[in-house]
Amino acid sequence: MKRVYPREDFCMGCRLCEVACVTVHSESKDPVKAYKKEFPREPSRIWHEEEKPDCFSFMCRHCEEPDCLEACISGAITKDPETGIVSIDENICVGCWSCIMACPYGALKKKVRKDNKLVSSKCDLCVGRGINPACVEACPNKALVFK
Amino acid sequence: MLFRPVSQSFYEFDVRRNEDRCIQCRVCERQCSYLVHSYDPKENKMMADNPKCVGCRRCEAMCPTDALKITLNESTFRPNYSWTNFHRMAIIKQAETGGILLTGMGNDKPYKIFWDHLLIDACQVTNPSIDPLREPMELRTYLGSKPDKLEFENKDGKLSLKTQLTPQLRLEYPVMFGAMSYGAINLNVHRAMAMAAKELGILYNTGEGGLHKSLYEYGPWTIVQCASGRFGVHAEYLNAGAAIEIKIGQGAKPGIGGHLPGEKVTPPISETRMIPVGSDALSPAPHHDIYSIEDLRQLIYALKEASDYKKPVSVKIAAVHNSAAIASGIARAGADIIVLDGFRGGTGAAPTIIRDHVGIPAELALAAVDQRLRDEGIRNSVSIVVSGGIRGSADVLKAIALGADAVYIGTATLQAVGCTVCQRCYTGKCPWGIATNDPYLAKRINPEIAAERLVNLVHGWGHEIKEILGALGINAIESLRGNRLRLRAVGLTEKEMEILGVLPAGV
Repeated sequence: MKRVYPREDFCMGCRLCEVACVTVHSESKDPVKAYKKEFPREPSRIWHEEEKPDCFSFMCRHCEEPDCLEACISGAITKDPETGIVSIDENICVGCWSCIMACPYGALKKKVRKDNKLVSSKCDLCVGRGINPACVEACPNKALVFK
Repeated sequence: MLFRPVSQSFYEFDVRRNEDRCIQCRVCERQCSYLVHSYDPKENKMMADNPKCVGCRRCEAMCPTDALKITLNESTFRPNYSWTNFHRMAIIKQAETGGILLTGMGNDKPYKIFWDHLLIDACQVTNPSIDPLREPMELRTYLGSKPDKLEFENKDGKLSLKTQLTPQLRLEYPVMFGAMSYGAINLNVHRAMAMAAKELGILYNTGEGGLHKSLYEYGPWTIVQCASGRFGVHAEYLNAGAAIEIKIGQGAKPGIGGHLPGEKVTPPISETRMIPVGSDALSPAPHHDIYSIEDLRQLIYALKEASDYKKPVSVKIAAVHNSAAIASGIARAGADIIVLDGFRGGTGAAPTIIRDHVGIPAELALAAVDQRLRDEGIRNSVSIVVSGGIRGSADVLKAIALGADAVYIGTATLQAVGCTVCQRCYTGKCPWGIATNDPYLAKRINPEIAAERLVNLVHGWGHEIKEILGALGINAIESLRGNRLRLRAVGLTEKEMEILGVLPAGV
């Protein structure tokens, strides 16, 4: 399956990928409104690690055999047999954080929904958005590639 | 005024932040290598330290919500025609430091730009113009010494060239990427220039800092430079490129040598330049083995000997008062190419006083040199490359009409890959990742993207040059070379027109 790969040689640590992620997962799809009007704010599903000069952004690897899926006690996490995308059904998620503990990449984070329900959140590869995930398109230096 | 000197109170740029649009994403803070922006978590607000801003606009370019504007500080001294802001600030800074004021890039003072006083002819009625989209147009240019005459041999009815030609450089466009050393700019930019030169079928110049091992594969598209510091010069290096250039002078700082501060000499640069890590790379002002044209001839032939007479040797000088006589000497010393670098040519670091007051415009030097070599009947023995303030394809065309064979572009090259000419190259903290060897900042240049942008730029210029040639009714750039009758001057004095060899518009 196609995944997003970071290229640390060209990642310059601007973290625009995070802004893009928050924006496309917001209600308004507008960065100003997403950050200033929508609360609780949608969390970024891509993270940035930095120890200068090295840095890169990373997100869910959509593993072949996802540990998070194995660990999920409610059956909220599924892997699409066709696309390979690992996703969370927020309505089923009970917020036990087993997936967060199980993920070897630290690719899942807690999220507060508008109805104050706590759920896990992770990269969905921007399903339905078009050709490229938002982070890849927003990267000004082609430091994220989708292949 | 609290805890800061006057020079910082009278700062140049105001960072204007639209608080309605700022989302505190801190991209500006991460991108600014001068530490202008900071985040105040208590206020949940981005703050700006205006005196640190150099006006490079990196933050503005990267801001995802268009919340930033970098503007000139409106605050002003009492206007004074003589005591300009520049002079007043220079005095304040020097009174504080006692040092030489440094700068980067080319002369930014309002001297007359002769390109802007030259207009190009076009065909109407009596001679047909050409449509470059329908008919072939030739931009190919050969640089090198051309023979006085050609002799042919007739063998069984087949003609073949008898004259032995000296080595020539083939360019698909009359444009080359100018000499900017590895050290002054980083390897990513060098690689981008090499990749673009290869794709375009032109050449780039290494500058005086040697050639990184990983770029040897781009040799056929490389001109290797040998300057007074001889950094990174060895037999393998001299034979790695397509041509060798002796750098005598640089337009931005005629008469003084390069200075790469020790902080910029990182391990890979130290290896390439063959100097210890962290040591200042100081190029002497003169070549200490060249005190005359005869000495120059010795170096030219030493380099030709070292490269088995297979590579043209170029000599680069800054445009100065008696360039014409010097160029004549260079041609007679055996150079294949003369490079004239005008006073608007850029630099990674130079004293402001030298950059702004030493040297002459490339346009005048070019016209004078071309005329002198023609008068002496030796114009064919060298190619002339002009550089220093070539801003667009019109400048390229006017330069060729004035007598140049090709041009070098340096500042334009850097602008194509991000540079905004903020003139702070000497700090080594270039926020656009160009004039810096900080590995964290250098990553901002992705050679793939940068090379593509350079290729696009030259392609664009190429199309424009073809359009103008078409209007001129010319189908090869060769036919325009030195054709000053196709230029007319506006707003120049009689003497200036005489030097440029052009007629006034209307005649």
